[in-house]
Amino acid sequence: MQSNNALLVSASPHIRDIESIPRIMWAVVLSLIPAGIAGVFTFGYYCLYIVFLSSITAVITEVFILLLRKQPIVSAAKDGSAVVTGILLAYTLPPSVPWYVPVVGSFFAIAIVKHTFGGLGNNIWNPALAARAFLQVAYPAVINSDWRVLTQHGMGKLVHNIAKVDAGGKLVDAVTRATPLAKEAGVETYHFSQLLIGNIPGCIGETSVIALLLGGAYLIYKRYINWYVPVYYIATVFIMVLILPPRIATPWANNPFYHIFAGGLFLGAFFMATDMVTTPLTKRGLVLFAVGTGVLTALIRFYSGYPEGVCYSILLMNTATPLIDRFTKPQLYGDRIKKV
Amino acid sequence: MITLAKSKLKTFIGGIHPRDDGKVLTRSKQEVSAPLPKTVYLFMSQHIGAPCKPIVKKGDIVKKGQLIGESQGFVSANVHASISGKVIEIVPWPHPVAGIRLPAVIIERAEEDSWVEGADADSDTDRISPDEIKQRIQSAGIVGLGGATFPTHVKLTLPKDKSIDTVVMNGAECEPYLTCDYRLMLHKPHEIIQGLKLVMKCIGCKKAHIGIEADKKDVYTLFKNILSNEPHIKVDLMEVKYPQGAEHQLIKALLNREFKPTQLPLEVGAIVINVGTAFAIYEAVKFKRPLIQRMITVTGNGVERPQNFLARLGTPIKQLLEEAKVTTDINKIIFGGPMMGITQGNIDTAVTIKGTGGILVLRDAQRWESHACIRCGRCIDSCPYGLNPSELSIQIEAKEFNLALENNVMECKECGCCSYICPAKRPIVHLIKFAKAEIAKQKAKV
Repeated sequence: MQSNNALLVSASPHIRDIESIPRIMWAVVLSLIPAGIAGVFTFGYYCLYIVFLSSITAVITEVFILLLRKQPIVSAAKDGSAVVTGILLAYTLPPSVPWYVPVVGSFFAIAIVKHTFGGLGNNIWNPALAARAFLQVAYPAVINSDWRVLTQHGMGKLVHNIAKVDAGGKLVDAVTRATPLAKEAGVETYHFSQLLIGNIPGCIGETSVIALLLGGAYLIYKRYINWYVPVYYIATVFIMVLILPPRIATPWANNPFYHIFAGGLFLGAFFMATDMVTTPLTKRGLVLFAVGTGVLTALIRFYSGYPEGVCYSILLMNTATPLIDRFTKPQLYGDRIKKV
Repeated sequence: MITLAKSKLKTFIGGIHPRDDGKVLTRSKQEVSAPLPKTVYLFMSQHIGAPCKPIVKKGDIVKKGQLIGESQGFVSANVHASISGKVIEIVPWPHPVAGIRLPAVIIERAEEDSWVEGADADSDTDRISPDEIKQRIQSAGIVGLGGATFPTHVKLTLPKDKSIDTVVMNGAECEPYLTCDYRLMLHKPHEIIQGLKLVMKCIGCKKAHIGIEADKKDVYTLFKNILSNEPHIKVDLMEVKYPQGAEHQLIKALLNREFKPTQLPLEVGAIVINVGTAFAIYEAVKFKRPLIQRMITVTGNGVERPQNFLARLGTPIKQLLEEAKVTTDINKIIFGGPMMGITQGNIDTAVTIKGTGGILVLRDAQRWESHACIRCGRCIDSCPYGLNPSELSIQIEAKEFNLALENNVMECKECGCCSYICPAKRPIVHLIKFAKAEIAKQKAKV
C-alpha cells in the first residue's frame, strides 16, 4: 500500500445516476427515427435530404457559436441537443421545402434562439419551433400557400404513392395542401386509418400518429418525458373541439378525433411540449402548461387565420413558463399537512 | 420478490433508488473483531455539541473504558479510553469530519487489555429507574451512531411541554454499501430489543415501531418472531429507497406523520434511535460498558476483502484498510456511505470516531463535468423535503444568497438525492453547503 496516492476530496454524494444530457438527447434522436421513416415513406427521399441538411447545419452552427463564445466545444457538440433541434425543425417543414429553408431555419434556431440566451438550458423558447415561426414569416409562400407550386424545387418528384381518386373518378394530387386541417371549402377528408399511418399531406414528421406514438412511448418508458404533458395536452384539445362552436363548415369541424390525429398535435405534444428546457419544472406546472397549450391550440385552429395552432401555442406557453414556475413552486415538506 | 410486495411496503414521497447499491460486497460476510491497534487517537469532539475537556495528561497510564474526556455542558458526550495503555500526547490532530485539527488524546497500547474498575459489570436492569438509565447512558458517552452523533442522553431529556407516544427504531440502513447495522441486527437482535426497551422505560413510552428495509427480510422475520408476543412493539418492512432511514422519511413511512425539516421528531410525538445506538445503550446500561468500539463496514472496489469490523474508536484507518487488503490504486476514501459520506484527504492521519459506520474505498472515483441546468425537474421530484434544488443551485452560482435563503436553503439536509439524479451532473449539494457557510459568515458579521 502506498500512502502518497493523490486522494480525491469532494463534496457528497460520491455516486451519480447513469443518466446524462447526451444519453437523454440521443434517446430523443432515436425516438424520432420512426416518424422520419414514415415521412420518407410518404413523401419520398427528398425528406431525408432536408432532415440531414437541417441537422448538419444545426451542429455546424453549434460548434461555430461555441467557438465565438469561447466555450468547450467537444462535449457540447457531442451532447446531441443540436441534432435534436435540427431534426425537429425539419419535421415541421413541408416535404417540398427548398434546401435553403432548413439551413436558414437551423442557423436561426441555434444561433439566435438558443445561444443568444446562453446555450442549452438557458433558452426561453423551443429552438425548433421558434425557428419554424421565423420561417413562416420569412418564407410565407413556402410554408403556407399551395404546395403544388413548390414541387419544382428539390428533387422535383414529390408525390408518388398517395394518388387519390375523388368522387367523380378524377385523379387528384393528394399532397397539395399544407394540412388536412386546411379551412378552404372542398378539402378532402381522410379516413382514420390514413391519419394513423400518416399517408396524408402534412409536414415531414408530423403525419404518422403511429410512428410518433412509438417514439413517444419509448421516451416515456425511459422516463425522459412525462406521460402527463402529452396526455393533458391532447385531451384538452379533444375537449375544446367538443365544446367550441365551429366557424367553418367542414365535415370534420367538430370531430375531436379528426382534430387530434390530423395536423402536428402528436409531434408537438410528445416532442416539443415535453422539451425540458422551455417548460415548467414541477408536475403541477407542467399540467398547467399542457392544458394551456391545448386551449391555445384549439382557439388558434378555430378562430384564427391559421389552420394549425400547435407551434404558436407551445411558443406562447414557453413564454409563460417563468410565470407558471413562480406560481407552482414545490411545497416544503411539513407544510403539506398542518396537523400533528 | 420485492417488486411483488412493493405496493404494500411503507415509504415516503421522493427519494431515489441508487443503481449501485454495493451492499452485496459485505452483507453475507461474517463480521470480525479488528486486531487491537497499536495506537489510538481519541478526539475530544466526536459528537454534536461542546468538545470534552481532557482529564488525563501526557504519560498517564489509562485502562480500557477509563474516562479521558469529560463532557462540557449538557449537549456533550464523554470520551473514554478505547484501549489500555499510556497517553503519549494530547495534540491537535486532523479531524476526519470537521476537516480541521482538533484536540485528540493519543494512547499507545499496553500488553493487557482489561477494563477499568467499575466498568463491565453485569447488573439487573429489571428494576432500574428511568433516571438511572439516562445517567448510565450519559456517563457511557453514547451518541447517535447512525452518523449524526447527537448525544443520546440529550435526546432522552424531553422538554416539559412535549410528550412522546412512540419510539421509532431505525433499521433501514438506506445508505448504499453499508451493512454494519444489518450485521448487528442479524446477530444481536435480543440485545438491540433490550436497548430499545430501556429507551422506552427511560422516557416512559409504551409503544415502539421498528422499520426495516425490504432487502433485509431475514432480519425482519427474526425481529417479528422475537416480538411475536409483544404487540406494543411493531415491526414493519419499508421500501428500499434512499433516504428511508432519515428521521423525516422514517416517521412518515411508519407513523404517517409529517414535520418541517428544521423541526425535531419531538414535534410529532416520536423519537428515533438507530439500531447501533440501541445496542450501545444495552451494553452501557446492562454492563456499564462505555462506548469504546463500534461496527464499521470497510468496503468498496478499492479493497480486496470488504468486511464488517468491530473496531475500537480512534483506530487509524490505515490499519483497517490493511486488514481489508486495500489495493494500491485507490483514489478516494469516504467516511460513511457514498450518498452523505465525507472524503478523506490523508490515509495516514485519518482515524475512526463514534459516528464512523463505514469506510468506502474507491479506485475509480470520477470527477463529473457539470453543465448548465436543463430544467428536467428530476431533482424536485427526488427531493424528500420539497425544495427546489435546481433553482437553489442557480441562485447560489450567481451568489444570490438572500434568494437562496428565501427558498429555504437552510432546510436542506444534504441527503444528496438531487445531485445523484441530476443528468447535468450539477454539484447541487456542494453549492448548498457553500451557501450555508456563506450565510453563516454573513450572520456572524452582523
